[in-house]
Amino acid sequence: MPMPTDAAALDEQIEQWRGYLRRRQAIHAVDVAELEDHLREQVALLMDAGLAADEAFFVAVKRMGDLDALSREFAREHSERLWKQLVVAPPESADARARSTVEGGVAFALAVAAAAAIKLPTLFGQRWGVDEGFYLRSVPLLVLPFLVGFFAWKRRLAARTVGWLAVAFAAAAVFAHAYPFAPRGSTELLTAVHLPVALWFAVGIAYAGGRWGQVAGRMDFVRFSGELFIYYVLIALGGGVLTAFMALIFQSIGVDVEPFFESWLLPCGAAGAVLVASWLVEAKQSVIENMAPVLTRLFTPLFAAVLVTFLGTLAFTGRGIDIERNMLIAFDGLLVLVLALLLYSISARDPGAPPGAFDVMQVVLVVGALVADAVALWAIAARIGEFGLSPNRVVGLGVNLLLLVNLAWSVVLYLRFLRGRGSFASVERWQTSYLPVYAAWAALVVIVFPPLFRYV
Amino acid sequence: MEINKDLMAASSTPIVLAILAEGDSYGYAILHRVRELSGGRMEWTDGMLYPVLHRLERLGHVEARWETAESGRRRKYYRITDGGRAHLAEERRQWQAVDATLRGVWRAVADALPSLPTLAATPALATPALRPQGA
Repeated sequence: MPMPTDAAALDEQIEQWRGYLRRRQAIHAVDVAELEDHLREQVALLMDAGLAADEAFFVAVKRMGDLDALSREFAREHSERLWKQLVVAPPESADARARSTVEGGVAFALAVAAAAAIKLPTLFGQRWGVDEGFYLRSVPLLVLPFLVGFFAWKRRLAARTVGWLAVAFAAAAVFAHAYPFAPRGSTELLTAVHLPVALWFAVGIAYAGGRWGQVAGRMDFVRFSGELFIYYVLIALGGGVLTAFMALIFQSIGVDVEPFFESWLLPCGAAGAVLVASWLVEAKQSVIENMAPVLTRLFTPLFAAVLVTFLGTLAFTGRGIDIERNMLIAFDGLLVLVLALLLYSISARDPGAPPGAFDVMQVVLVVGALVADAVALWAIAARIGEFGLSPNRVVGLGVNLLLLVNLAWSVVLYLRFLRGRGSFASVERWQTSYLPVYAAWAALVVIVFPPLFRYV
Repeated sequence: MEINKDLMAASSTPIVLAILAEGDSYGYAILHRVRELSGGRMEWTDGMLYPVLHRLERLGHVEARWETAESGRRRKYYRITDGGRAHLAEERRQWQAVDATLRGVWRAVADALPSLPTLAATPALATPALRPQGA
C-alpha cells in the first residue's frame, strides 16, 4: 500500500521529469501529457508488482528511454517544430489560449485606433505632407498613447501610474504645440526628434509595469525596444513589397495608387505597425531567440575592427579630422551605435559567466569609439567659436557629453570585471540606471531649448 | 534478444497498425501487446513508440483522440483509419514476400548454419510488462 508521502514524492519526481521534457523544443506539451500517462501507468503496474514508488519511477523512466534520443526521434518526426517557433505558437491550455486571443484582439483594435488617430489632424484641416512640422511634432503623441494603453491594460497598471503617464503625454502635447515655432526651424526639428525619445520612456514605465525601478525591469524594456525595432523593420519591408505589387498591378489597369499610398497606406500602416510589432514581441518573447543580441554578436567585432583601423590610419597618416557642419552628428551617431551594441550584448549576457574574448572585443570597441570621439571633440572645440553656438550644435555637444560619460564609466566597470575586481552586474546596473538621463535630456531639449533659442 | 535498429524501425509500422486493427488503443497498451505477441523478444524503448504513432497520424493511417480514463488522467487513444487498413494490407503483402523468401533461404542454407532454437520454444509469457528492462 503506497503511503501518501510516497504519492507526493512520486508526483514531485514526475513533475521534475516533465520539466526536463518541456525544455525539449521538439516535444510539445500534449506529447508530454501522453508520455506522462504512459509513465504513470508503468509506475502503477510496477508498484502493484511490489516495487517501492521511487524504484518504480526509476525503472519506468529508464524504460521510457534516453531523453536526448527521444527528443531526437520527436524532432525527426516533427522537424517543423524546430521552425514553427517562428510563428506565434498557440498556447497549450484553453485558458491561456483565450487570454492570448483577447490580447491579440486588443492589440489589433489599438492598432486600428492608432492608424485612425494618425489621420485625425486632417479633420482639422492639416493635410499629410503639407504641414510637415505640425505632423512631425504630433506623430509620437498620436501613436504612443495607444502603446502605453496596451501595456497599461496588459500589466494592469495602477490608476496612479496611468494618471502620471497621462499627465506626461498632456504636458508633451502642450510643449510640442504651444510654442510658436518658426516654420522649418532648428528648434522645431529638435523637438520632433527629442519628443519621441522622451515619450519612449513613458512607454518604458508602462512596459515595466511597476518594475521600472529594478535593473531587470529596465533591461527587459531595453530588450523589448531592440526586438520591436527589428520586427518593425521587417514589417516595413513586407509593407514595401506589398505596396510595390499594389502599385504595379493597379498601374496595369491605369489607376495611380500613389495618392492613396501617400496619404493613407503609409501613415496608417506605419502607426498601426508600432502596435502590431509590440504585440508580436510580447507574444513571442519566450518563443524564439532574441534577434538583437545575435546581430550584436555579429557586428561588434566588425565595428571594433573598423574603429581600430580608422584610429590606426588617423595616427599613421597624421591627417586632421575634417571639420564640417554635420560631423558632430556623425560622431554622436557613432556613439549611439556603440552604446546600442554594448547595451544589447549586455542584455543577452549571462551575468554569472566569466569574462571571455567577446568581452575584450567589447572593451576594444568602446575604447576605440571613445578615442575617435575625443579626437573629434578636440577638433570641434578648437573651432567652436568660429561656428557659433546654434541650437543644433549645443544639442550635439550635449548628447556627445552624455554618451561619453556613459561609455567611459562603462569601460571602467568593464575593465574591473575583466580583471576580476568587479561583477558584471555592476556594468548592467550602470547601463540601466543611466537610461533615465537620456529621457531627462530629451525632455530638457523639448521644454527649454525652443524658448532659449527664440523658436528659430 | 537484440533486434537491429533498422529492422525494428521497418517492422514498427505493420506491428502498430495491426495491433490497432484489433481495436482502438493507447501507447502503453500497444507496447504491452507488442511484448505479449513477441513473447518479449521485441524490446522497444517505450518513448520511441510515440514518434511512430505521430508519424502514422500524420500519414493519415491512424486518428488520435483524447479521452479521460477511469483514473481521471487524460489519455490519447489511437484508431486505425481506412487508409491505415489499406496500408496494413499492403505492408502485409510485402512482409509475406520477404518472409517467404527468407524461409526459402533458411531452408537452403540450413546445413551451413549452426542450429537455431525453433520458434516453438517460446519462453513463458511471465507478465512481460513487469519485467524490468535488461533483466
